[in-house]
Amino acid sequence: MSTAFASDAVSAPPRRSFWRRHQRRIAPWLFLAPGAAMFAVYVVIPIFQSIWISFFQWDGLSAKLWVGLGNYAELLGDEAFYTSLNNNILWLVFYMLAVPTGLFIAIFLNQTVFGIRVYKSLFFFPFVISQVVVGLIFSWFYAPNIGLLPQITEWLGFGKIAVLADERFVTYGIIAAGLWPQIAYCMILYLTGLNNVSPDQVEAGRLDGAKGLKMLWYVILPQLRPATFIAVVVTVIGALRSFDLVSIMTDGGPYGSSRVLSFYMYEQALSEYGYRMGYGAAIAVVLFLIMMVFITGFIWRMVRDERGG
Amino acid sequence: MHVALKTLALGAAAAAMMSASALAGEITINTDTSDPAPKAAFQALIDGFKAANPDVTVKWNQFDHEGYKSAIRNFLTADAPDIVTWYTGNRMLPFVKAGLFADISDLWAANKMGEQLKSAESSVTYDGKQWAIPYSYYQWGIYYRADIFKEKGLTPPKTWDELLDVCAKLKADGIAPFAIGSKPLWPTAGWFDYMDLRVNGYEFHMKLTNGEIPYTDDRVKAVFDKWAELVKPGYFIENHAALDWQEAVPLFDQGKAAMYLMGNFAVDVMKNGGLSEDQIGFAQFPLITQDVPMAEDAPTEMVAMAANAKNKEDGAKFLAYLALPETQAEMNDILGQLPVNNQSKVADDKFLQQGFQMLSAAHGLAQFYDRDAPAAMAKAGMEGFQEFMIKPDHEEAILERLEKVRQRVYK
Repeated sequence: MSTAFASDAVSAPPRRSFWRRHQRRIAPWLFLAPGAAMFAVYVVIPIFQSIWISFFQWDGLSAKLWVGLGNYAELLGDEAFYTSLNNNILWLVFYMLAVPTGLFIAIFLNQTVFGIRVYKSLFFFPFVISQVVVGLIFSWFYAPNIGLLPQITEWLGFGKIAVLADERFVTYGIIAAGLWPQIAYCMILYLTGLNNVSPDQVEAGRLDGAKGLKMLWYVILPQLRPATFIAVVVTVIGALRSFDLVSIMTDGGPYGSSRVLSFYMYEQALSEYGYRMGYGAAIAVVLFLIMMVFITGFIWRMVRDERGG
Repeated sequence: MHVALKTLALGAAAAAMMSASALAGEITINTDTSDPAPKAAFQALIDGFKAANPDVTVKWNQFDHEGYKSAIRNFLTADAPDIVTWYTGNRMLPFVKAGLFADISDLWAANKMGEQLKSAESSVTYDGKQWAIPYSYYQWGIYYRADIFKEKGLTPPKTWDELLDVCAKLKADGIAPFAIGSKPLWPTAGWFDYMDLRVNGYEFHMKLTNGEIPYTDDRVKAVFDKWAELVKPGYFIENHAALDWQEAVPLFDQGKAAMYLMGNFAVDVMKNGGLSEDQIGFAQFPLITQDVPMAEDAPTEMVAMAANAKNKEDGAKFLAYLALPETQAEMNDILGQLPVNNQSKVADDKFLQQGFQMLSAAHGLAQFYDRDAPAAMAKAGMEGFQEFMIKPDHEEAILERLEKVRQRVYK
């Protein structure tokens, strides 16, 4: 015992304050706090509020009425919900075309010719203009009486096809409008990626006789993996949150056949004839769950890559 | 620190008192008048009111027409103005039921509005009380190209058979009988209203929009079957689902379509497109079922007082001023619409005079599908009408879907 006391007395360091002792642990949290608080107030808490509201019938003015899973049960029997879901899947599939097309244009533009910067910026232009403007431009392009496309289809002998008035074509028409800026976005991601492709490896590949597609597939693409990853992520998320174009070009029509989940949620909860907050929230929750599948996948991959690297 | 807090509190109290004193004699008016004509009409209304009540100052906030529809929900609950514009019929019920509109039955009784505003009384009455002042309405009907009709030797149809006949002749000459732009959905509701009013009559239509009749009822099917007689032969312009209602007007102006079922506000757009007044004719929607008395669509414009209004006394003065025959005559002169007050003079305009005569003789006035039916029903209904006008074969599926919505909405 006495030895213990003795050693204590000898080696007792000067008393440090709580802050000094835990500085290294606390500091990161302090730095995170403002961001975390914002994130909680504007993202995390509203998510739980939405989930909570989805169990009610509520018009935003009068008292809430608890309906449990009623809104979800109604969703299951709602044709419009399946139309929206189906269109979201179409968006996911066809929006992906932006990734290979963007890559193709990037490779095409990745050369040293006089004035290449001008061409690059011209190709990038659609991404700079607002989605609303893109929607308007394409609406005019498709417009049945004044538009260019109906004239072309008539000249080709298909008659005047009014894409936005036809339930068979309308979603594809809107996706095509969405692809225009999205391709530009993917292109710019790949252009930066191509800058970092190591010339040594290309040279080595060439010595081994790799050419054309083989060179692209085995030498270039593996080096572009980070760019591809980002391009896929932004495209998937872009497809799931597509809203502006649908709203501008068709308002979900004709008779609701171009709706997507985000637009349907807006219609039910916030539009002129809507104000079914509970039902809208239920749609939002479903969309959230679908997004979570992808987001979890992406995050899981990112974490794995970071650990591996 | 304490001193600072004290002065702060004092300052706040002083500010509160000042704003309270400023409120006496000030009314706030929120309107959705983003179009030129309504804006000018309200300007005239407010100027006139100020001249008549020099002690009251008016604060006027104007909103974008579409944005207003969501803004009103916020400002009525949070920081209510005294006076607001809104829509009659079922569209005002959510606010009435939530206690956001003030009951102004006393004002009606004190100013004998029940006599002068009688024609629109039912559209602002709920639960036996009045909730708004109607000040303007306008007719719906068939606007046709008088010059084309003359050239082809056609007369405006008075019966369904005549209508079909006119359509067939126009179509044979390569002219689309009817223009319509169904992208905003509501123009299709004008068609449904008139088909139902003519096939089944006003009482039936009101019961239907009130949710008392299933959409799968044979009488509703009969409406669609009649309507199909126009849809199936292609008597409407092609691709109307991609057009706004204004975008279909050029087709009418260019003579590619000869008739347009619309509200009177369309005349202005038609004239702006280059037509002279003589080239446009107006006709009542033709008779379909014999012995069904003719009722019309005539949407009414209204102004209400907020239940949380800060200055109800002067707000009531304003509403009373709005109900006066001279006020309504002046406003509607500017609007190009009909005054509700039956003591007001109707503007000397060919279409307004014709509309006034038609509506005065009408058996009943419907407000329009999206005001007579609750919002959720109206939305589903109008979508169904649009689908029917493109895919008439889907009739049965559409009606079953609407019936499902009806059972949910009117629960």
